[in-house]
Amino acid sequence: MTSPREDFLSGVRVAAPIILGIVPFGMVAGVAAAGVGMSAIQALAMSVVVFAGASQLAAIELIGRNAPVAVVVLTVLVVNLRHVMYSASIAPHFRRQSAKWKAALAYLLTDQAYAVSLLEFENDEETSRRWYYLGVAVPLWVAWQIATIVGVLLGAQIPSGWQLEFAVPLVFLAVLVPAVTDRATGAAAVVGGGVAVAANGLPYNLGLIVAALVGIAVGLAVESAFSVNSDDAGGEGEDRRESGGDRADDGEVA
Amino acid sequence: MATPLETDGVWLVIIAGGIGTYALRLSFVALFGRLDDVPEGVERALRFVPAAVLSALVVPKLVYADGALALSPGNPRLLAGALAVLVAWRTEDILATLVAGMSGLWLLTFALG
Repeated sequence: MTSPREDFLSGVRVAAPIILGIVPFGMVAGVAAAGVGMSAIQALAMSVVVFAGASQLAAIELIGRNAPVAVVVLTVLVVNLRHVMYSASIAPHFRRQSAKWKAALAYLLTDQAYAVSLLEFENDEETSRRWYYLGVAVPLWVAWQIATIVGVLLGAQIPSGWQLEFAVPLVFLAVLVPAVTDRATGAAAVVGGGVAVAANGLPYNLGLIVAALVGIAVGLAVESAFSVNSDDAGGEGEDRRESGGDRADDGEVA
Repeated sequence: MATPLETDGVWLVIIAGGIGTYALRLSFVALFGRLDDVPEGVERALRFVPAAVLSALVVPKLVYADGALALSPGNPRLLAGALAVLVAWRTEDILATLVAGMSGLWLLTFALG
């Protein structure tokens, strides 16, 4: 048995290297917010209230292009839809927490906190769900807020010749590339990017929403076409279900 | 709704975007508690959100220069972006991708300028 304190600290230890990765990301968010004329308070408020880097950068980008409020909010929600998946996936581990704790833990849910905690929870029954997760998520939250403030302060100092706004698409690329894991996600990325270029002239910056929806649809279509093919190659679906012990070898299980 | 993004608009984005994002995070933690409860179609579609959305955000930044399509080696952002993709693919590291892409952009701007 480990104590809550030990579980919290082992979470913190796992968070430390992740912080090195998110600090530049948070600074870019701060610099970008300052760059489109948001106040320091607005930039920090966005980091505290929304607390989701990629969606913050997308929102800042659209704010800079003076997009309508509804389009910016919709974009934030589309970028953050993946959190529904994390929420569903981690929910069984939080089932015994009180409603208040569930509310607090959900606020701290990020790509990193989710991935790290789920791995630990699946490997160790004994680990305190609440304290290990907090050990990972709280330092990430603190680091993100500080990085945003530093970015806002730096942003005002940096000459435009440095083209620092290019850091925003670079951060997206760094998140995008590992998200492309097979031909279906690859198709979603290629089509999403292509439609965004073609639809660049749509009013209210709706091109982004259209591109995202078409990209997702194409990804689904490619996945369906591909899984039909592999069903043909792999025999009847029922046969595979019966040989339950082999499931780890089935490349299709995501 | 075509409210221009003045200060009030930015606050509206922060509040509505924050509440909506929180609702997405809380959804299954609060209501259900089992992955099996996500409708299968929704779960499948969600898998493609990061790839489609991020690509739609990035690609126009790389291929447009001064508002016109610029698919030539004379567009430093295209080449710097390609370098960043390579580094992101090899390292899966945000910082390394940032450093490579920005250094690439500065060198190319200097070389082409």
